[in-house]
Amino acid sequence: MGLKQVMMNLSLGRWLGKAFGKKHAKIGIYGPPNAGKTTLANRIARDFTGETVGAASAVAHETRRVRKKADIDVRSGTAKLHIDIIDTPGIATQIDFHEFVEGHGMDEEEARRRAKEATEGVIEAIRWLEDVDGVVLVMDAAEDPFTQVNVTILGNLEARRLPIVIVANKIDLPEASPATIKSAFPQHPVVPLSAGEGTNMDALYEVMTKHFR
Amino acid sequence: MGKKDRSTQQLVQGMGFPSIHLVSLEKMEAMATQERIRFILDEVEAGKILILERGLTPQEEAKLIEQTMREVDQDSFIGIEMQSYGMDNGSNFLQRVVMGGPRPRMAVIGPADLLRLVSKDNEQIVTKIISKDGK
Repeated sequence: MGLKQVMMNLSLGRWLGKAFGKKHAKIGIYGPPNAGKTTLANRIARDFTGETVGAASAVAHETRRVRKKADIDVRSGTAKLHIDIIDTPGIATQIDFHEFVEGHGMDEEEARRRAKEATEGVIEAIRWLEDVDGVVLVMDAAEDPFTQVNVTILGNLEARRLPIVIVANKIDLPEASPATIKSAFPQHPVVPLSAGEGTNMDALYEVMTKHFR
Repeated sequence: MGKKDRSTQQLVQGMGFPSIHLVSLEKMEAMATQERIRFILDEVEAGKILILERGLTPQEEAKLIEQTMREVDQDSFIGIEMQSYGMDNGSNFLQRVVMGGPRPRMAVIGPADLLRLVSKDNEQIVTKIISKDGK
């Protein structure tokens, strides 16, 4: 099959998916570093497959390559959504190896390597924006939501008219304020939850099955 | 860049301060996307802080972040501080028609080791210029 034929088939598949309701969607988990993206991806994958996507940690840029978990059936009541989860590295506009040295006690060589890999991860995450069908944008509910990363990601998704669900994560923290996220981005559904503790995940699944169909 | 510009910049940087450049809408509009990104990165990597009368589209911002990551050098350039508002969609139908669609609002972009965000909301962006030791 020639390249032209492959492209035509891909376009046809995409058009059919849009016209008749997509049955299989690639859902990107996006957000700034340390928002809890991998923890959330693991929670979703574990709830419906018993498996995880990758390792999560408190160190920023722990996920430095895009990781994919295919064929997850998200269920909420009688509704079902068949998805691939794309867990992406945190998007940042700056990466300084000193933060790994001073904040996490890494030696300089390891910190420099991690910083280099993190820059590559950001590039890969941005590239994947063109290949997802919907996005779960994860924000730390204890942090200011008006970050440039959030504004840029949302702007790109809105321009492409992709469905977006915002997760206000880490509501188990005393300083968490999901209401701030809701008031900052009233045009999108916001689900407050704690991916680490598994709190309010059912609400997310209900919104996902409605919003990503 | 002219001889006078260079000497002024050297003088300002010699005093330990980055120079701040207000970039007009006309200058940005005269450039294609790749030119804009190259212009911004060249200026920021040279230690300048840019205030754009009209910022970048979200797609251009993503391209700028991507290109920034390609050019990060842990010994000389750790990335950019970029702060912009969302797109201006116009407050009513007539305004949207006159505008010809959503367009970017003002933005500030500078070297990450010299410019730091203090606070931001829908109407105001507050940044501060920091010294190399982060104070």
